[in-house]
Amino acid sequence: MSLRLQGPVIPDFGNTSGCKANETFCWDWFADHWDRFAAELVQHVYVSAIAIVIGLVIALPAALVAYRLPRFETPAVVFSTILYTIPVLGFFLLMIPVTGIGLFTIEIALVGYTLLLLFRNTLTGLRSVPPEVRAAALGMGLTPGQILVRITFPLALPAVMAGLRVVTVTTISLATLAAYIAPYGLGQSILFYIGNTFISGLISAGVLAILLALVADALIVGLTRLVTPWARARRGGA
Amino acid sequence: MTDPATQEGPVGASHRGEALAIEFRHVTKRYPGQDAPAIDDLSLTVPPGETCCLVGPSGGGKTTAMKLVNRLIEPTSGDILIGGRSVLTYDVTTLRRDIGYVIQQVGLFPHMTIGANIGTIPRLLGWDKERIAERTGRLLDLVRLDRSYAKRYPAQLSGGQQQRIGLARALAADPPVMLMDEPFGALDPITRAEIQDEFLSLENEIRKTVIFVTHDIDEAIKMGDKIAVLRPGGRLAQYGSADELLGDPVDDFVADFVGADRGLKRLSLRSVGELADPGREAPPGAPSVSAGTSLRVGLSVLLAANAEVLEVTKEGRPAGAVTLAEIREAAGS
Repeated sequence: MSLRLQGPVIPDFGNTSGCKANETFCWDWFADHWDRFAAELVQHVYVSAIAIVIGLVIALPAALVAYRLPRFETPAVVFSTILYTIPVLGFFLLMIPVTGIGLFTIEIALVGYTLLLLFRNTLTGLRSVPPEVRAAALGMGLTPGQILVRITFPLALPAVMAGLRVVTVTTISLATLAAYIAPYGLGQSILFYIGNTFISGLISAGVLAILLALVADALIVGLTRLVTPWARARRGGA
Repeated sequence: MTDPATQEGPVGASHRGEALAIEFRHVTKRYPGQDAPAIDDLSLTVPPGETCCLVGPSGGGKTTAMKLVNRLIEPTSGDILIGGRSVLTYDVTTLRRDIGYVIQQVGLFPHMTIGANIGTIPRLLGWDKERIAERTGRLLDLVRLDRSYAKRYPAQLSGGQQQRIGLARALAADPPVMLMDEPFGALDPITRAEIQDEFLSLENEIRKTVIFVTHDIDEAIKMGDKIAVLRPGGRLAQYGSADELLGDPVDDFVADFVGADRGLKRLSLRSVGELADPGREAPPGAPSVSAGTSLRVGLSVLLAANAEVLEVTKEGRPAGAVTLAEIREAAGS
């Protein structure tokens, strides 16, 4: 894969015989090169997915700690805000001397961008539980652990899912820049084709990245509806 | 915790459905850093199956007193007994699961269906699904909501319906004791009157010992077998039936609290039938009311007709008479 980035000065566009000179997008060429895009798409999915999962694994417990110990909130917000504010390319470059060139560096940078939104949304969600709901649960005889698992977590879910939705789309778009560090994802083709007059390659990679973000967004919206059926229940509705 | 009886809760399975007395014994609650106690040497007993309304001005400690029973608040000194056993000897969680708890803001779990809300405690107690479904259905019948409501979410219900579910949820595990903290306080007057009436008729079926907190003396008169008036500082001013409180308030504080119209309120507690002398015949032309009419309405009829004697009828036939003087006496102390 990395060889491709160091490819010939005149790029090998493959068999373009079916394409016209000034064509915006050549389907034949795209079909010929589908294997390459498919491989990059799969990479893109797992590079993003790893970052999002690790982000959740860090941000959810951190939010829970901040929910229980409010003095933990400010340091956590400051830390994740700093990570969020650093320009992404700068972040990638900053990390190279520490973690080297590879997937690890990419994931550290991508995870860094997920934390603020996931942490903040989760904390907001945990705090959104109406006090009377908590009071009723306690008075009825639910233990603090049962209140957390049965009441607080489910009620925080809509806020968590809203954060996850933004984070997913952001991560998928940021992951296109990961190819600057190491050959992963659709960013490879974007970097490879960006300076050329034959733009089918650039369009293919760019549109695939956008489609991936849209599909992921739709999946999360669907998942949200599935896990929070009550959120749409209103008077008069069923 | 190691005592097996503790795991059972105050009543245990064998006592479910049976009402138990609640007794406050010299209970005092002081909050650290506050000179005045919130509850000051409170002693009173609510007999099994009776409803005790705790009334008083804000700061009187009504809610504090109630929360001492299920140990949402722990007493500084004194003891509270349910069915003769101190609540302090039980595991807090098992104690609370044996006590129905209803609050003004209801606090239904918005992410659970009505059925799941009602079934919360039975589920934690390990009841099987069929038993929970059966119980949920019966409770919906009891609070006069269609069984199809079990599948809805709280947000789809009106305030009155939500509080009915709050009641059903509190009754789910058939607790011997109920704590109700201004349960109908957030409802509009019409809905409130409706649900009060329903709760009164429901109480006849289920026989619970109830502690009912309210700031509304009229609600206390309507709902309570006994009324405990707390004065600021958490001291018990008077404890007795509505009739005793209205007819014989111990001091100006209680007299003020029950209201200057306590005579009229007292009249609404009794019917003309109770007071009527069956042997007496009303003079011709006397106004007439049926025996079930309250003395208060009877008085109103007498005043409107400018008469001295009221004819009382049962099923349309004369059943005695009541005089204005007798009504006046019934209103007084």
